[in-house]
Amino acid sequence: MSGAALAMAAEDRPLLTVKGLTKRYGARIGCADVSFGLWPGEVLGIVGESGSGKTTLLRCLAGELDADEGRVDYEGAQGLHDVLALSEPERRRLMRTEWALVHQNPRDGLRMGVSAGANVGERLMAVGWRHYGRIRETAADWLGRVEIDPGRIDERPAAFSGGMQQRLQIARNLVTAPRLVLMDEPTGGLDVSVQARLLDLIRGLVRDLGLSAIVVTHDLAVVRLLADRLIVMQGGHVVEQGLTDQVLDDPQAPYTQLLVSSVLRV
Amino acid sequence: MTQPTPMIEVEGAAKRFTLHQQGGTVLPVMTGARLAVHPGECVALTGPSGTGKSTLMRMIYGNYLAAEGSVKVAGFEFNGARARDISRLRRETLGYVSQFLRVVPRVPCLDVVAEPLGALGVAPEEARQRAAGLLMRLNVPEALWTLSPLTFSGGEQQRVNIARGFVHPYPALLLDEPTASLDQANRAVVLDLIREAKTRGAAIVGIFHDAEARAEVCDRECDVSGFAPEAPVPPASDQASPVPVLPVSG
Repeated sequence: MSGAALAMAAEDRPLLTVKGLTKRYGARIGCADVSFGLWPGEVLGIVGESGSGKTTLLRCLAGELDADEGRVDYEGAQGLHDVLALSEPERRRLMRTEWALVHQNPRDGLRMGVSAGANVGERLMAVGWRHYGRIRETAADWLGRVEIDPGRIDERPAAFSGGMQQRLQIARNLVTAPRLVLMDEPTGGLDVSVQARLLDLIRGLVRDLGLSAIVVTHDLAVVRLLADRLIVMQGGHVVEQGLTDQVLDDPQAPYTQLLVSSVLRV
Repeated sequence: MTQPTPMIEVEGAAKRFTLHQQGGTVLPVMTGARLAVHPGECVALTGPSGTGKSTLMRMIYGNYLAAEGSVKVAGFEFNGARARDISRLRRETLGYVSQFLRVVPRVPCLDVVAEPLGALGVAPEEARQRAAGLLMRLNVPEALWTLSPLTFSGGEQQRVNIARGFVHPYPALLLDEPTASLDQANRAVVLDLIREAKTRGAAIVGIFHDAEARAEVCDRECDVSGFAPEAPVPPASDQASPVPVLPVSG
């Protein structure tokens, strides 16, 4: 980063800077040369059809996959991190404190064998909370925030519907007030009415907690309502990026035009 | 109010669509568009349907990219601007009342209207109060405020959209058919809101099919049919887009 860039106002510094991120599966490309910035308070949508590389990109960011090339810089609460160079313990600490990953399938992001309260409380304990009463109180408060009856705090997630499990996963991830949330198809597989409730919830949390989010989805209606900016991926490459309504209303790339014209109405 | 530089300024703007699904056909829809709107002025975009009134308005809002020329609001140039700078301009300076209400389902009407204020950091209580004031003025029954406006009638949705567009005193405002589908009483309220916005110094660009409404609030008209491209460009002769064209049969 140049001296001039460093001298800019703090709010003009990206939270996350991704440069040339590439992941290959043997000869096949997962994602190639992906670069973008994410600023505080911003929601970035990553769209594309299955196999476009959007989930690979997200998993590389989350450290679930090792990128082959590229660099990811994160402006953390305690300074700048070269994310891909973090040691495994450092990466895990980051993932349970300042970052959060919401999986498409809540079963991948929840511990199904323990209660809803423990699922939320666990993340608090991981960042050093020890007072049982306070942990339980905070967990109950978060269940309420994601519209799960706090009276069900001792039930296991298996007793919940898919939509409730997804909301529980969001509570578990957001209870430690992360600064960056990565979401993989957060509304996928849910009823339309539950999707709407979840969209409202995510929007409210982004606004109230001032967090930044990267949302991977194939659903253009979801990003229309949720994302400030869009990245369109095809075959592992970024083919277009820009302001959400500009990309959807005036798509420039052939693939984006095809994508936008393929949905019934966004 | 006198100010040397216009709040909204379009200079030599052109718009073309490259239809990649149709063999890369380039569809020119506008060329050489010019418009200058000063604070306190309301300018109507006029012209027959299909001549580009909405296109020009979308170029000023930034959801259509101009192919050439300059589009500026409050000195901010859209051409080549970063997405997040456009977002900020919209949040603080440039309001837009569209014909369609696009909101997250299930969000109560009052919150939908208050939302632009929340994004500006206004305290929730004050934001809701200001939203309530506008909804009351626009005769949206209080019993509806806790319901999602997606369940409302067309006229009610229109008024929610208007309330949302006027809840913050934007220095620049774009109004797309703000009085369509409104009864006389509500139409009068909207025209009052427009006059008040002009009085506080807002620069407004509007599309009004309602000629009487247009005559009441607009200072000037800008006939966009004057910006029609002279002759269609032959297909695929001018691939302005750097992205490769998908192979298309035929």
